[in-house]
Amino acid sequence: MEEGEAPETGTLPLDAWHRARGGRMVEFAGYWMPVQYEGIIAEHLWTRESAGLFDVSHMGQLFVSGEGVEAALEAVLPIDFATLKPYGPRYSLLLDENGGILDDLMVTRWNSGFYLVVNGATKWEDIAHLREHLPDEVTLTHLEDSALLALQGPKAAEALGRVTTGEWPLSALTFMKGGQFKIAGIDAWISRSGYTGEDGFEIAIPAENAAQIADLICAQPEVKPIGLGARDSLRLEAGLPLYGHDLSDETSPIEADLAFAINKRRRAEGGFPGAERVQTELASGAPRKRIGLALDGRQAAREGAQVFVGDEKVGALTSGGFSPSLGHPIAMAYVAAAHCEHGTSLEVDVRGKRLPARVVSMPFVPHRYHR
Amino acid sequence: MPRYYTQDHEWIEVDGASATVGITDYAQSQLGDITFVELPEAGAIVVKGEAPCVVDSVKAASDVYSPASGTVSESNAALADEPELVNTDPESGGWLFRLTLSDPSELTSLMDKAAYDAFVAGL
Repeated sequence: MEEGEAPETGTLPLDAWHRARGGRMVEFAGYWMPVQYEGIIAEHLWTRESAGLFDVSHMGQLFVSGEGVEAALEAVLPIDFATLKPYGPRYSLLLDENGGILDDLMVTRWNSGFYLVVNGATKWEDIAHLREHLPDEVTLTHLEDSALLALQGPKAAEALGRVTTGEWPLSALTFMKGGQFKIAGIDAWISRSGYTGEDGFEIAIPAENAAQIADLICAQPEVKPIGLGARDSLRLEAGLPLYGHDLSDETSPIEADLAFAINKRRRAEGGFPGAERVQTELASGAPRKRIGLALDGRQAAREGAQVFVGDEKVGALTSGGFSPSLGHPIAMAYVAAAHCEHGTSLEVDVRGKRLPARVVSMPFVPHRYHR
Repeated sequence: MPRYYTQDHEWIEVDGASATVGITDYAQSQLGDITFVELPEAGAIVVKGEAPCVVDSVKAASDVYSPASGTVSESNAALADEPELVNTDPESGGWLFRLTLSDPSELTSLMDKAAYDAFVAGL
């Protein structure tokens, strides 16, 4: 979700809602969005111990349907629909012909087609790309009248369960399962998923009801609104890559350590954009890899900082910052394959100073999904 | 003791040839949670408008420009363990470094408190 270059900054359905709650608004992905309310560290820690409500309505919600939709989507995504059951979101990648990542996205099978959630900053390009590559019989609808919220944290299930009704209780959902529910009598598509490493839910609702539903969820004692700043520090601790920073058309799925997003049958059969590179790198390894770095002390290293072994430059950071949960800086970097072993000692250049860093496994903070 | 302010939101308090530098409450509120402060060492020569100090927040690293030229006599050692002092007490206990001024006449171009408050009100 790189910052957009839209000529005019858009407003999202909850714009006034954020401002009324003291959200500090910044431009992000072409929209005004809250970067923080009370402070990033407080919001981050609150999400880890209770529940935080995120507005992610900038993301693109798409619906793809029509005759032959499965085959058409398999031609543009490395997904295996034979193994995708209804209502469970699955992580996938939009790849170019060279195996570069155009976007990462969630794909869910609904009754009459597929529901896709793509990054906000890339959604217009994604829509154009999909329309170009999908056949005429397949229709892509941009669900622009839908808002998207995420409620994340160990108390999210308790808080959201209290205001949700449905054919099944909300607690019937496990990680990466979804269903149709009602909140205050309003239709809501809810999946047990998110971008913080915590248990939690993503909630699609009509834009016109977004403020009412956000009010209701935030009225639960476990819940506070959380801004983009903590969303970024939470996802970094969870080891989850951010498109435009840790992923781009310059990085391949194998370099990005996202081989799991290339479904098993597709690895063998290919038939998706960039398959040749993916298969080659699966067989013989990629020249570099996305890894996690832990730094001592308190000084953070950030995106763009170069990674060294002695005088040799071996990589660069794509994300980095102070980890509020761990109390020391962490980072993601792309590093030459020879230096990616866990425990390897590396150095990061920050304004001419070499900070010692260690390759560690990700997530930095263990995931606590409800499986 | 007279205290002056810059358009970059630093303050400098002058006591004869010595001066103490920090960032204003407005600056810390804009930066958010401060997690690390890179301070100049005693003996370092600083030049007005250059950045001998960097304040790290969760979001970004921000330069702190020296409001005057001189030699660093001391940095605030308490910030090594408690960088959040810059958030909680920016204009007193969260000071950054002390200088022996080399050209006190540089201070005449800075704002006094009333002028700075008006400047911030206009932002």
